[in-house]
Amino acid sequence: MSTAGPTDSVASPPAPRAGETLPTADPSAHAMTAAEATGYGVPVSFSRGQPVLHVDQAGYEEVIARLRDDGFNGVVDLTAVDYLAHPGRELPAGVRAERFELVVNLVSYSRRQRVRVRVQLPEHDAVLPSLFYVYPGTEAMEREAYDMMGIVFTGHPDLSRILMPEDWEGHPLRKDYAVGRVPVQFKQSPGTR
Amino acid sequence: MSEDQPPQTAPIVHTAETDAEALVAETSEGTQELQPRTLTESAELLRERGAVLRLPDGGVLDSADIDVEITDDETMIINMGPQHPSTHGVLRIMMELDGETVLRSKPIIGYLHTGMEKTGEELTYVQGGTNVTRMDYLAPLFNELVFALATEALLEVEVPERATWIRMLLTELNRVSSHLLWMATNGMDLGAVSMMIYGFREREMVLDFFEKTTGLRMNHNFIRPGGVAADLPDGWQEDVNEILHVIPGRLDEYDDLLTGQPIFRERTQGVGVLTAEEAVALGATGPILRSTGVAWDLRRDMPYMFYDQLEFDVVVGSYGDAFDRYAIRLNEIRESLRIIAQIVERMPEGDYRIQDKKVTPPPRRRIDESMEALIHHFKIFTEGFKVPEGEVYVGVETPRGEIGCYLVSDGSPKPYRLHIRDASFVNLQSLPIMMRGGLVADAVAVISSVDPVMGGVDR
Repeated sequence: MSTAGPTDSVASPPAPRAGETLPTADPSAHAMTAAEATGYGVPVSFSRGQPVLHVDQAGYEEVIARLRDDGFNGVVDLTAVDYLAHPGRELPAGVRAERFELVVNLVSYSRRQRVRVRVQLPEHDAVLPSLFYVYPGTEAMEREAYDMMGIVFTGHPDLSRILMPEDWEGHPLRKDYAVGRVPVQFKQSPGTR
Repeated sequence: MSEDQPPQTAPIVHTAETDAEALVAETSEGTQELQPRTLTESAELLRERGAVLRLPDGGVLDSADIDVEITDDETMIINMGPQHPSTHGVLRIMMELDGETVLRSKPIIGYLHTGMEKTGEELTYVQGGTNVTRMDYLAPLFNELVFALATEALLEVEVPERATWIRMLLTELNRVSSHLLWMATNGMDLGAVSMMIYGFREREMVLDFFEKTTGLRMNHNFIRPGGVAADLPDGWQEDVNEILHVIPGRLDEYDDLLTGQPIFRERTQGVGVLTAEEAVALGATGPILRSTGVAWDLRRDMPYMFYDQLEFDVVVGSYGDAFDRYAIRLNEIRESLRIIAQIVERMPEGDYRIQDKKVTPPPRRRIDESMEALIHHFKIFTEGFKVPEGEVYVGVETPRGEIGCYLVSDGSPKPYRLHIRDASFVNLQSLPIMMRGGLVADAVAVISSVDPVMGGVDR
């Protein structure tokens, strides 16, 4: 038997005791508040009540590290969006729309909160530092973003294709990548006699 | 790279080793000619040396403590899968072995990739459910639920109460059926073949209810944006009560069969251990995270739907091994049954889908009477409904952890971007840590304890 067990260093949510109020189903209770979000010095927007921090490429690593230090110890999701066909989207003042956007969803287990970070990435320079050394769990997610969208993560230990075959050309989820179609040949339907 | 590999540019040296006689190998299929080793490309050498097999070794994880002496010349790299029966589909794992001990490993996925996220951009929100339900095929209702919740968040509509309760009833039953199937396959992986028969037998009860309610055993497309496709069938309480009556006794039988069984305990206890720090750092969710002692269940910690009104416990382990994950899943079935009993009691009367003509198609009989209904019906099924611009992330707790849907709308009837964060996809990253230092035979137990569903992993 191993002696590995729960430790105090991981901020696990406190177990609710008798009389203590349990978390409510109100979604706004699980989102970072506007006051907290503006403390990071980056443009903030709210999308259907969900807080979004708009970080630029240079400040990406630093803001993520600060969020991590502030208790956002879990990375839930990391993905990318290609806005080639939808350039006129709404962004807060001071954020220039670029073709690609990296979207990172973070969660704080101790504060029971979520926050989203969006980074604008120009087509000619879709490069970001890897989060692998901050959140090892982004390893597969970054490979997926690279495979599907062509976003390059510097410092990633093994930035290779994850879902597509190794020798695949192109990045399928880009908007200028056509949907693959396989011609289907139907057999002539047999006659009634 | 060690010194025994010459650099790529080195000239071919004809030593005794590279002489013609030495380059012919006798195999079971006859004589085979080999190339001189110096001709092997550097990329190929790296692959052979296992340079692509690595463990996260950042500040968060300490992967140096492998208590096995690595003898460089005796390690061997083998593939397990993608056709191996215990890999639950088409998972392939590259393992570096020293004797029978697994040193490093790397899961290789993508064999079931069908571009469902791309397909999702081509389908309307009405059709989208048929696509996402096929991702994690053992928990199809959760896929539909997260897609419907994300669409409704973008639409900013509230579904009727009864629709939400029906969704909770069906997803909890789905959690039971998914865990039962895991019990069955896990038993089979570890040699308890009768467990497989039992697990499938009980799961069939739940699937029968699904078939009666949704018309299908899996891939239901029943939970749709705006509510559910149909009301519950007459007499649904009796069917659910029958499930609630029979399954607890069967779970006690599983306890007799597996929990105290020496062979089963030997094969799972202390196998595939993960610490809480590792689980959090690797983004693992669901039973894997809870087995390490982190009490995190979205149903309790970030309640959605009406979970804050129900009483249930979050089952937590303490050792983070395969046995803990088994015990958690077994007891989660019991908790789900507890939740289902409360849902049956509290199921309100009312609409099962939203009465918004732009989102919900009109009933069939109205089409014959009302011109407007005919137009709405035609519009919804040809064009779909328009969803206001925006982006949203919604996460729910599936049997395997958190499934998330990141949905971007550009104001058209089709999602601009549909991204599903699948629990198994992220959970698979913890495999190399769990298998490190274990035996090949235990690898089967470890893979099984992660409960990966490749349809969700590869999407």
